Amino acid sequence: MTRLIEVRGLTKVFGSGPNAFKALRGVDFDVESGDFVAVMGSSGSGKSTMMNILGCLDTPSTGSYRFLGHPVERLTQDQRALLRRRYIGFVFQGFNLLARTSALENVELPLLYRGESRAARHKGAMAALDRVGLTAWAKHTPSELSGGQQQRVAIARALVTEPQVLLADEPTGNLDSERSVEIMQLLSALNRDGGISIVMVTHEAEMAAYAHTIVRFKDGLVLAIEQREESIRVRN
Amino acid sequence: MFGTSLLLALKEIRRHKLRSFLTTLGIIIGVASVVTMVSLGNGATQSVQEQVSSLGTNLLTIRPGSGFGRGGGARPAFFDLDDVEAVRTQIAGLRIVAPQTSAQATAIYEAQNWSTTVAGTTNGYFHASNLELAAGRIFSDAELAAGKSVCVIGETVRANLFRNAESLGKSLRLNDVSCRIIGVLEKRGQGGFGQDTDDQVVMPLKTAMRRLTGNQDVQTILIAVDQQFDSAAIGDAITSLLRERRHLRHGMEDDFRIFDSKQLSDTLSGTTRTLTMFLGAVAAVSLVVGGIGIMNIMLVSVTERTREIGIRLAIGAVRREVLMQFLIEAVTLSAIGGLIGLVVSFVATLLIAMAVDLPFTFDFGIAALAFVFSALVGILFGYVPAKRAASLNPIEALRHE
Ligand SMILES: Nc1ncnc2c1ncn2[C@@H]1O[C@H](COP(=O)(O)OP(=O)(O)O)[C@@H](O)[C@H]1O
Ligand SMILES: [Mg+2]
Repeated sequence: MTRLIEVRGLTKVFGSGPNAFKALRGVDFDVESGDFVAVMGSSGSGKSTMMNILGCLDTPSTGSYRFLGHPVERLTQDQRALLRRRYIGFVFQGFNLLARTSALENVELPLLYRGESRAARHKGAMAALDRVGLTAWAKHTPSELSGGQQQRVAIARALVTEPQVLLADEPTGNLDSERSVEIMQLLSALNRDGGISIVMVTHEAEMAAYAHTIVRFKDGLVLAIEQREESIRVRN
Repeated sequence: MFGTSLLLALKEIRRHKLRSFLTTLGIIIGVASVVTMVSLGNGATQSVQEQVSSLGTNLLTIRPGSGFGRGGGARPAFFDLDDVEAVRTQIAGLRIVAPQTSAQATAIYEAQNWSTTVAGTTNGYFHASNLELAAGRIFSDAELAAGKSVCVIGETVRANLFRNAESLGKSLRLNDVSCRIIGVLEKRGQGGFGQDTDDQVVMPLKTAMRRLTGNQDVQTILIAVDQQFDSAAIGDAITSLLRERRHLRHGMEDDFRIFDSKQLSDTLSGTTRTLTMFLGAVAAVSLVVGGIGIMNIMLVSVTERTREIGIRLAIGAVRREVLMQFLIEAVTLSAIGGLIGLVVSFVATLLIAMAVDLPFTFDFGIAALAFVFSALVGILFGYVPAKRAASLNPIEALRHE
């Protein structure tokens, strides 16, 4: 297996001088291709900071980050945007869909930035909506969808570019437990059947139970990495 | 990439119709007022020039008196035929010199009467004033030399005395003088300067002097200057000649005035042109204000749309694309505003020109200029908000509520 993500000695300092705050203090951590990683840890332990760096939205203060073997810190801002566009899908706690914009158009957006034709955009977006079971809701705007449905649109948007890895920062944080389970089953199926690697931040052990690997954070450091034999198998 | 940004910008404009309309309103008003003002101003200038040139070009009108509103004092003497002869023989470059005397008279034909002005003059009067005949002829040399009782009447006089009946060859009475109608002037209509040429009866100078005014006074000398000559210089030459003939010593004011139609025309059209420019400039300010309005609303929408921009950056938009999208939004809005403004100004100019009776002219040059300017305003005032949007930190933008 190719190593998808390799992080070594990663630190992140916010601010400077007496106000400087070390959010990450030397993180080592790998993601193998096809893995499903759950990142756990108390609030403020640096999980989101870590995810933003993995997603190339932010840069580390020191340390190295290799994505598919390439050192990311040497890329320019635009190159990082292109990497994000090509290989990485984002799912956020707050869904972050464009308001007043139909599910279909939201899902089409990444393809639009990639310069796909109108027909290709439509086809790709409908296929992605199909994967999350929302083809019937393609024309609806976020305000007409439930939280669970919105998160599934967001997942479809992340999937539509057929990324190598899905980065999900507390994807079930805003959902009730029933919807949460639905989302987790969806992610799990995508990982198993679609071969998409997933890195997911969560507080809840029930959600982490779907992952193969659990990375525990504490105060900007990796406390433990657990390989799980018995991740929850999705009946399908 | 440009295509993508254009598509996104258009989607965004369509998605927020009210906001887009309010944004363009300033530009619509700005462009519409600039183009309307300038077009109406040009119409007014053209109308002034037409009216002045209808009097005859390069026309000098000499009258006794020293300007307007000078009541009291001895009235300056009229000219006489010797003055006219002196001007004719001693000044070069004159195409026509027509002496004129006038009197008020009641014209009577059968049961109809009409109070009008009688002008005694020579044929030069018709040529210099660009008066055309609707019927008949002007005076023959014999009639002028002998002072025959013949006359040419204006359309107003003809209509009031004869209605639909034939007037040529009929005799009308002017006070006590009877004269035969040999010609009818073409209608010129109101709206020139000077007297109403439709409401007059023209007779040979000699006839009028002998039978109507009873003196040899020439009240007006009408002069048409040859095209090659400078009417202002000729006016100066006539002034010194007449001063000498009227024994005005050095330091004494002129007791006659020369009205130069060319000067009048230049002054008037110069004035309306200045006015046009002034109005255009005032309107241009509103165009700039419209541009600032666009910037204002775009800046507000950057703040409002911070999260949206964060989302776009997170799902793979390059900063340049965000910049381009905002810039295109601004330019498209101002260009649409400019187009609507042009349509509005076209209709407004047409309606106002009709309402105030001006010739309709639409200045396509200024229309093109205003349109280009409105698009430039979009670029100029769209750049700041676009730059701000593109330089947002995606993480912070995403966290923005
Ligand atoms: N932009 C920032 N500036 C300053 N401090 C920050 C910033 N982002 C995060 N932090 C701090 O870094 C720490 C880690 O934050 P975060 O990674 O969001 O934690 P988690 O996601 O694990 O709850 C927190 O104490 C937070 O206050
Ligand atoms: Mg967090």
